[in-house]
Amino acid sequence: MGLLSDPNRRRALISLLTRLNAPICVVCYMAGVAWFMGLAFEPFTLRTYMSENAMGSTMVEERFPAGERALGTGREFSAHKKKAGGMPVDWLVKTMQSRGLEVFTQRFSRRLPFPDEDKERYMVKGTNVYGILRAPRAPRTEALVLSAPCSPGDDNNQAVGVLLGLAQYFRNQVFWAKDIIFLVNEHDLIGMQAWLEGYHHTNTTGMDWSPLQGRGGSIQAALSLELSSDVVTSLDLVLEGLNGQLPNLDLANLFYAFCQKIGVLCTTQGKLQRNDWDSVSGYSHAVQTMMLMVMKQASGRPWGDHGLFLRYHIEAATIKGINSFRQYKTDATTIGRLLEGMYRKLNNLLERLHQSYFFYLMPSLSHFVSIGYYMPAFGLLALILLLRALDLWIQLATPPPRTEDGVADAEQMSSPGVLSVLTPLVISHLTGVALYTLPIHFQEIAVEHFPVSETEAVVLTAIAVYTAGLALPHNTHRLLTGRGTENGWKVLKLVAVLYLAVLLGCTALINFSLGFILALTLVPVAAFVTPDVPKALSAFIMVILSPACTLLFSVFLFQELQEMPVSFLDGWMLYLSVISQGILDHALYGSLVYPLVALLVYPCWLLFWNILFWK
Amino acid sequence: MSLTGSTRRFSPLVPQENAGQFFSSGHTNNWAVLVCTSRFWFNYRHVANTLSVYRSVKRLGIPDSHIVLMLADDMACNHRNPKPATVFSHKNMELNVYGDDVEVDYRGYEVTVENFLRVLTGRLPPSTPRSKRLLSDDRSNILIYLTGHGGNGFLKFQDSEEISNVELADAFEQMWQKRRYNELLFIIDTCQGASMYERFYSPNLMALASSQVGEDSLSHQPDLAIGVHLMDRYTFYLLEFLEDIHPSSKANMNDLFKVCPKSQCVSTPGHRTDLFLRDPGSALITDFFGSVRKVEITMETINLTEPIHSFR
Repeated sequence: MGLLSDPNRRRALISLLTRLNAPICVVCYMAGVAWFMGLAFEPFTLRTYMSENAMGSTMVEERFPAGERALGTGREFSAHKKKAGGMPVDWLVKTMQSRGLEVFTQRFSRRLPFPDEDKERYMVKGTNVYGILRAPRAPRTEALVLSAPCSPGDDNNQAVGVLLGLAQYFRNQVFWAKDIIFLVNEHDLIGMQAWLEGYHHTNTTGMDWSPLQGRGGSIQAALSLELSSDVVTSLDLVLEGLNGQLPNLDLANLFYAFCQKIGVLCTTQGKLQRNDWDSVSGYSHAVQTMMLMVMKQASGRPWGDHGLFLRYHIEAATIKGINSFRQYKTDATTIGRLLEGMYRKLNNLLERLHQSYFFYLMPSLSHFVSIGYYMPAFGLLALILLLRALDLWIQLATPPPRTEDGVADAEQMSSPGVLSVLTPLVISHLTGVALYTLPIHFQEIAVEHFPVSETEAVVLTAIAVYTAGLALPHNTHRLLTGRGTENGWKVLKLVAVLYLAVLLGCTALINFSLGFILALTLVPVAAFVTPDVPKALSAFIMVILSPACTLLFSVFLFQELQEMPVSFLDGWMLYLSVISQGILDHALYGSLVYPLVALLVYPCWLLFWNILFWK
Repeated sequence: MSLTGSTRRFSPLVPQENAGQFFSSGHTNNWAVLVCTSRFWFNYRHVANTLSVYRSVKRLGIPDSHIVLMLADDMACNHRNPKPATVFSHKNMELNVYGDDVEVDYRGYEVTVENFLRVLTGRLPPSTPRSKRLLSDDRSNILIYLTGHGGNGFLKFQDSEEISNVELADAFEQMWQKRRYNELLFIIDTCQGASMYERFYSPNLMALASSQVGEDSLSHQPDLAIGVHLMDRYTFYLLEFLEDIHPSSKANMNDLFKVCPKSQCVSTPGHRTDLFLRDPGSALITDFFGSVRKVEITMETINLTEPIHSFR
């Protein structure tokens, strides 16, 4: 007889499962964490390599000569920006036209749900300016984009200067097979979102924009440039985009290959890679770089203007110039040459980048971990939930030991009513809906009654609803059905554990970092909470491991990893701004982290809170 | 059978006997089928390979009417070519193998396995123009040159289909049965090229390949201004060798086998002569690469009243 169909063997398996359940869960958890930490260990990673045949190696001759002139153009741009008090549209249009591009502008406006700290007003209005360099001999079917943001103040002037310098140089070459679009966007991500929506004729976020007069064909790749100083010591590559989406690894490989060829220092997450992987400090450096990437990916916000391109299946990355205290400095001509080399190689593409990985983690710019290697870490954590669910199922299926009172037994053996399970579910989800909708809707009332700004009102309402949710559900089932039955909490826990497993699994597929971080904190809660554990201690631990506190700790950890540790008060203010930014990202660009946490993760956590206070 | 070729001096015998000897030597006309099977800009070097061999073959005398040139893609007019209307085989733009007298017979998507086999076997629809046909007879020496991406036992055409070594061998057997060639020289420059001539079984075939089974054929030099590799190593050294050949050159096949040793080519070129009925040392390079007409000037009048006895 088979292993599972033979009743004796089945009973033996079941007893093994129930006896060893807790130890196996602990082992799985530690194995999952150890696997994750081991990902940064260099022998377990692979070196990056170019997968796309059409891009080949870096054998092009870069001849961009006009770095100084580009910086001069940047200074002119800065002067006109100051004079215009924003984007110098006319000057940009004139300059681009004199370089032989087809220039178009786009106006956009957006009503923010609440004013955030930067904008301090409800309405954001701006103009994007872009020039199209038409390929001399090719049909207008494909395009590449180079963009630089027009930032207020003194930022990114050199980026616009280099962009215009490259435009002039590119215009004189005959080998372009794709149109190149040079874009200067205002208000960073909001302007970029308006341009992309206009280009692709979609309107997903309710923005108001004028239609684009000129188009270039389907965009194959895009680079965004952020450069705020005349010389740089290193170039940083930013990959994380909206909802944790990453561009194809070949784009990072291309950047790294050219950095090596030209001899520029290049970094990722702002950290220069080290060669001593076998020492403790070398390994911890790699772990820090990987943790920074994980946290940036989990936040779900686009960390550069490139982040919005990824949704349209356009591979994009942001290149930031960093000027720190190093001896060897790189000038604008070299940066121009690096970009020229990258664009010549992208020009050779015949199809979209698809040969290399879309899901990966990078402990350094020359090594990567692909999804096949990092997913088992999450799988081990999800296994704990499945083991727990199996354990509960077995407990529910076996009849309880007979006591003298047959009548009481019969009562206990009857399955708990659907209502006792459904009620906590419904109430938790209603609380989640409240957490999602109330902060924005009630900001006016809050501002009337309390001396706070709109942003603070929104954030504090969110925290208030979150905390109120802790007080609310654990009384419901007693009100409705009398004393809670023994099996009632088991059924609820079974449902909650499976719900959490599915939720975390789906999240990890889309955004591994978010799924893993939530799993790290929620899986222990889900596995070990029962009505029988000591209440005060468990309540404290549950609150520490709840999503809101996880976010608080993550903020401190993030600052620590970036070597900019903050005091508690600064950290708290940062935490509040992170919450408001999360809500704003959802409203402006469609980031899914805030609705996921408010509508699904928080109610799930409330179900476990409910179980804790079942009796 | 003693085929003496054109090295035999005219002996002072009876003129009729000499005339018989004159008409009894091996081949009377030359053909060339040059095929590049890859498309896309990064396969620039395959087109340059084929055009280099085309250039040599034309220079040594084979006219366009006797060359079937098949190029799967147009590199000269590719949008990414910084020097439009040129295909260079040496870096720093020393040698442009494209020009205004290049006659491509099969271009672009017409280069398919089916068309190639039809050209070889002659089974073309009646509407096919003469320039696209291989109108060889039993006294033709044919040079077949293939280049592209290959593997163990196959050659890839256009990134979508393959020709196997068995098919190729069968096509040559069909040519032999239909008496479509006198002798055939087969050169292939791909990875694992030697696998393509393993299955030949028809007589009078000689084959050369740029690499053995399990080896890759490597490209020679990139040109940084153009941004691609310009030539493959084997064909580069083959071209250098052929540049020294002129129509009256006496270099023979043994010299051709020495082209591109392992030190230059990194892969090991191979050749196969067991099906060839003459000694390779007696086969001249110009027997295949050139169209050497035998011309003997005589001041005497020869009376051809009786049938000529051939020395076969």
